[in-house]
Amino acid sequence: MAAIDVRGLEREYRSGLKAVRGIDLAVAPGEVYGFLGPNGAGKTTTVRMLVTLLRPTGGSATVAGFDVATQPAQVRKRIGVALQEAALDLLMTGRELMELQATLHGIPRRDVRARAEDLVGRVGLSQAAGRRVGTYSGGMRRRLDLAMALIHEPEVLFLDEPTTGLDPTSRATLWDEVRRLKAEGTTVFLTTQYLEEADQLADRVGIIADGVIVAEGTPAALKAEVGLPHLDITLMDCSDLTRARELLQAFGDVRPAPAGVDVSVAVAGGATEIAPVVRVLDEAGFTVASLELVAPSLDDVFAEKTGRRLEGAAEPVAAPA
Amino acid sequence: MTRVVLALARRAIRANLRKPQFLAPLLIFPTLFLAVNVGGLTSTTSLQGFPEVRGFLDFQLAGALTQSLLLGGVSTGIASALEIEGGFFDRLVASPIPRVAIVLGRLVAAGLVAGVQVLFFLALGLAFGAEIAGGVPGVLVVLVIGIVAGVGFGALGQAIGLRARNASTVQGIFPLVLVILFVSSAFFPRALLSPPSDTISRFNPLSYLADGLRDPIISEVSWTPVLEGLAAATGIAVVAMGLSVLALRGRLRDA
Repeated sequence: MAAIDVRGLEREYRSGLKAVRGIDLAVAPGEVYGFLGPNGAGKTTTVRMLVTLLRPTGGSATVAGFDVATQPAQVRKRIGVALQEAALDLLMTGRELMELQATLHGIPRRDVRARAEDLVGRVGLSQAAGRRVGTYSGGMRRRLDLAMALIHEPEVLFLDEPTTGLDPTSRATLWDEVRRLKAEGTTVFLTTQYLEEADQLADRVGIIADGVIVAEGTPAALKAEVGLPHLDITLMDCSDLTRARELLQAFGDVRPAPAGVDVSVAVAGGATEIAPVVRVLDEAGFTVASLELVAPSLDDVFAEKTGRRLEGAAEPVAAPA
Repeated sequence: MTRVVLALARRAIRANLRKPQFLAPLLIFPTLFLAVNVGGLTSTTSLQGFPEVRGFLDFQLAGALTQSLLLGGVSTGIASALEIEGGFFDRLVASPIPRVAIVLGRLVAAGLVAGVQVLFFLALGLAFGAEIAGGVPGVLVVLVIGIVAGVGFGALGQAIGLRARNASTVQGIFPLVLVILFVSSAFFPRALLSPPSDTISRFNPLSYLADGLRDPIISEVSWTPVLEGLAAATGIAVVAMGLSVLALRGRLRDA
């Protein structure tokens, strides 16, 4: 049984805006599913329907085996939710909030304190747990939000853009935590507008645009769909580019070179082909000034499917080790 | 359910204590109003039709209390709206708790705050020379009526907060609170009000509430005004709690 099973899910607002237009997806238990799309694509609306905060206007969805429309109470017992803006009471301390969340989830009184302490420690907030949340940084708030979502050991965890606006260190900490949750077997539904985040964390990715899923699969499979990696080469002397192109055709298709690049060639073998390419050019009298191996990205997938680039695609994203 | 309601009430009380903007206006504004009234209108006690009172402060305490309890309702409404604006409401809705606990938690807090308001104004009155003619039973009667009214006004504020969804709209009802209060017998005996205020005050539940709060302060506890006051407070509480639950349902349905 899928941890999340969505069939033809729709949401139309009273204004007539159809934010989600009949999406289908299935997330297996223990899987990290990345839901990728630009602002306004329908990611948050989808999440709000799956966590029972918003009623679907069409289709159906089950989470942890229960229907979000007809069995919302059962769904709520089994999910953890960290929404886009960390919904925290800034007047309470981190510890108080953790204990309140434990009470809301019916955790026995005798276990509340220990569970709260364990989780604030896990997200690195032990020292700050006695401080009011209003004094926390954005990253600390997100980590507290995550810890609160985990207080009842949910079967399915929903993270709605958990790292938007965070500094690289906080982002790295959250990524590590998601990896740890995956290792523990928690199903994670992660929405993001960051390509690298989806690429790094998700087992499978669904790309949503204008309320419709335009592509779905593993990051590797999706990228393979749009083509091979290629080498962008700049030469010291570009007086005989025709000759250089002829030489490189032995490795793969020579593509139109982007601005500032002399030759661009598809290489099926990726990095293993760099040395042979340089050798061939060197033997023919060309000196390579610079060379870059460019792999297809999820942004290329998005562009291929929608004709647009993802917002934020150019935003630098830290790559934690 | 009880555990969740008490946890949410504790949270609301904590917010009141940690953010002076929530609690201070409920005490400071009516106190200033009381000081101005007592300072400038004391001689009205000699007007024909003014009830027998030891002093104008004794009479005015019930007005200050009613005003403070009404402001408590505004404060509860603002807190509810801020909870929606800040997203904490979503956290509560996404939790496996009975929906009505969200309403009740805040109302338990409103009742407790109302108790503090009653004790504050009675203590203030005593400190400045008023007497509680009804003695300890009188204090208990004022406390009970005040708490029930506090819950009622809290529920009304919450209903408005849940409907409005933003704090500034709730804040906008503040002048209306004063208008409704002035067309009641909270500050002057009904007999001394001019038309149409005297007519309106006869149908204004705040008149009965204020008279019920006033009676044990200015005289021995007498059943008619006390029961009328309690009935007004209970009526307000029952209707407002119904409105609050309906507003919550509407809020969840609209989601």
